[in-house]
Amino acid sequence: MEPRAVVSADEMQWALTRMTHEILEKNHGSDDVILLGIITRGAPLAERIGAIAKEQGHEIPVGQLDITMYRDDLRRNPTRMPSPTVLPAEIDDKVVVLVDDVLFSGRTVQAALLALADLGRPRAIQLVALIDRGGRDLPIQADVTGKHIPTARDERVRVQLTETDGEDLITIERSGQ
Amino acid sequence: MSATTLRGVQLPDGSRTDLHFADGVIVEEAPSGAEAIDCDGLLVLPGLVDPHTHLREPGREDAETVLSGSAAASRGGYTAVCAMANTQPVTDTAEKAEHVHDLGLKANLVDVVVIGAISKGLKGEELSEMGLMNRSRARVTMFSDDGMCLMNPQLMRRALEWVKPFGGVIAQHSQDSFLAGPGACCHEGELSGRLGLGGWPPVAESTIIARDAMLAEATGSRLHVCHITTAEGVEVVRWAKQRGINVTAEVTPHHLLLGTEELVGYDTKFKVNPPLRTPEHIEALRAGLADGTIDVVGTDHAPHAPQDKDHAFVDAKPGMLGLEQALSVVIETMVKPGRLTWEQVADRMSHAPARVASLSGQGRPLTPGEPANLVLIDPDRTATVDKAQSKSLSRNNPYDGRTLPDPVEATFLRGRATFSR
Amino acid sequence: MKHLLGIADLSEDEIWTILDTAEEMHDVQSRPIKKLPALRGRTVVNLFFEDSTRTRSSFELAAKWLSADAINVSAKGSSVSKGESMKDTLQTLDAMGVDAIVMRHAGSGSVAQAAGWVRASMVNAGDGMHEHPTQALLDAHAVRRHLRAHDLGDLQGKRIAITGDLLHSRVVRSNVLLWEKVGASVVLVGPPTLMPPGVEAWGVETTSAFDDVLPEVDVAMMLRVQRERMYGGYFPSEREYIDAYGLTPRRLAMLKDGACIAHPGPLNRGLEISSAAADAARSIILDQVSAGVAVRMSVLYHLLAGEEK
Repeated sequence: MEPRAVVSADEMQWALTRMTHEILEKNHGSDDVILLGIITRGAPLAERIGAIAKEQGHEIPVGQLDITMYRDDLRRNPTRMPSPTVLPAEIDDKVVVLVDDVLFSGRTVQAALLALADLGRPRAIQLVALIDRGGRDLPIQADVTGKHIPTARDERVRVQLTETDGEDLITIERSGQ
Repeated sequence: MSATTLRGVQLPDGSRTDLHFADGVIVEEAPSGAEAIDCDGLLVLPGLVDPHTHLREPGREDAETVLSGSAAASRGGYTAVCAMANTQPVTDTAEKAEHVHDLGLKANLVDVVVIGAISKGLKGEELSEMGLMNRSRARVTMFSDDGMCLMNPQLMRRALEWVKPFGGVIAQHSQDSFLAGPGACCHEGELSGRLGLGGWPPVAESTIIARDAMLAEATGSRLHVCHITTAEGVEVVRWAKQRGINVTAEVTPHHLLLGTEELVGYDTKFKVNPPLRTPEHIEALRAGLADGTIDVVGTDHAPHAPQDKDHAFVDAKPGMLGLEQALSVVIETMVKPGRLTWEQVADRMSHAPARVASLSGQGRPLTPGEPANLVLIDPDRTATVDKAQSKSLSRNNPYDGRTLPDPVEATFLRGRATFSR
Repeated sequence: MKHLLGIADLSEDEIWTILDTAEEMHDVQSRPIKKLPALRGRTVVNLFFEDSTRTRSSFELAAKWLSADAINVSAKGSSVSKGESMKDTLQTLDAMGVDAIVMRHAGSGSVAQAAGWVRASMVNAGDGMHEHPTQALLDAHAVRRHLRAHDLGDLQGKRIAITGDLLHSRVVRSNVLLWEKVGASVVLVGPPTLMPPGVEAWGVETTSAFDDVLPEVDVAMMLRVQRERMYGGYFPSEREYIDAYGLTPRRLAMLKDGACIAHPGPLNRGLEISSAAADAARSIILDQVSAGVAVRMSVLYHLLAGEEK
């Protein structure tokens, strides 16, 4: 089956704008907020949200979080190369907004929470996901979501971003074909 | 005792004949009732004589006994082996020599010829009782501290002088222990540098051979150079012989076949002292054996138990098995390429070593009246060496897994089959 | 990667992978919580047949900071003297179900031998005069950080002089292999008595003229010279050795801008290296020590984190 486009570039930009508003609204502005994108595709998304917020007059520090060492499936896969974690500021007593592209089982977020715990003690942690495709294995939910796309387990949601893949597009395809 | 006829057997000179023997002696006429063996395609050689064997008994009966070593020898076509003195205790008195001699008689598979130590305890300090060993039942004529080089030139001189009246020979393990010390375990060169193994330079061998040759000349005594491994060493022996010095030299099967590259995987079965050498040295050894500069093939059969080999390369005991594949290797490296005739094989592996060790009943021609010490071989038979099949108690066989000639069909010690396929 | 036996077995890509990962691991050392969970539940044994506090503690920290369980086994003088073979020692530990054995032994090739006897991953922490791969990797890592801090690019095209006892050093073999693989060039400096046999086949320059090469090198790496070598006749006196091969204050002044000084330690101050050189601003000797933990974390991570090989 051909991959089916579910989110266009325009829709993605619109969703990110809305998400940024929700973040600012939820935190009554941007004081003490730090955006941390989960590597790989959460990082450019965090940058974009930061850029949109700036257009609104809110300067939010943006960084990236590598969770390779904290994954619970390390031993099920070939060895992954870790990437640098970049903290734009100390996270102690700040509100860390984690940004990821797709929220599915929740295991990535669990790893991110463990990684954050080794880096400091934020006052609060919030989760932002561009796509929530359902199918959680863990009691985790997003505070801000771009789009809900209920999917089956054997489907694959593919997020492409201009920064990493050359274009903005989200598709769904059946895996194992 | 039974009588046997080897029907249509090929002699070393290439002729074919029926060879008869009865009551342990080769005879002219077929005795009545002789068992006839069809020897079409088979060749007979005089029983092989190993001038250099380690039987490990007494002391390390877990690695080899006189009995198991004798069985391995007969499997390899040998009818006599000279047992080195570096047992525990060292064979350095008449009593100890007679003990090993008696063990050989009891095993009764090959003639076990005892080699006595030159120095007490192989320490290189005082002479052992070589004359008493010679006049014992063991009738020792060959003396060696093999495993150790007799470094002290004064003691070497005295040893040569001491054995001269009774026709003894001093067999030297030529290794200058300053140039090639305890850590030396790999031919010194690019590979020893790459592997980080202590280098064993050829000059550590050749300088000792040169020194000993001059001492043999000065004393008018007889020197035997054990396991020569280097082109330089062969050159020194060639020079000494031209000068008329009474020197003989020996090469091992493994130094004729195996090269230093075998050490790349640090497999301790390839650890041997002196070490395996590079192609130019191997070629010099083959050439030396072909032209007679090297007189004899000696196996330096050195059985070791696994617990002495399963160490870091530098810590593992040196030595490898040799009795069962010696003839195989000589055929592979020397006969097949046309560098030795069968008569020359008989010389290098039987007649000459018997002369070196002063044996009267071994290494004799295959003529009536001579003892029927024989080995019957199929020169074309090959097999893949399986270390598990060895008659030796040890398994440090460097040829394991290699396909080599496997010629020995039967071995006869004074007419009695001590091995037959 | 199943084992790390030597730089000889590593491809250029694998070397860069280990070095790049070490960069990420390095940051952990400056964090309040110096621990990553990547090797939780894994067991690493430090099996040292030869003492080396420095290397052993570095591996121990590396394992612990990756949350592995680490135990130290001092097997000094155990095997050969007590009748237990080295194979027995290795297989006994292996039978306990450990995941990696970090091994130091005075016998060249011993770690490669061990790899043939066990199921666990073997890490060479120095085998005789053969290799010491993590030392070469940490040297490269420390130099790389020095180059970056001074805006001098990466390792490619750099020139390294390795000076001292080249004959008995396992560090030199691993370093020569590594620098050549990453595109740097090496010149070996030392007296003929301390040159490895067959060094001409290594594809590197060799010289006895230290002063000639010093002004052009980016890294001056000094090797420890054991005083006992003097009695082996390798050199006549400390005075004569220092005169020809010591990194003295006079030679320190010959180094070009940006060049750094490295030494795998332990130092023989006043012999192969003067205190002025060891403590100079351009010395990266202490950085090598911190680089050691990061590189060993990287190695253990790549050997043990992924799926079973």
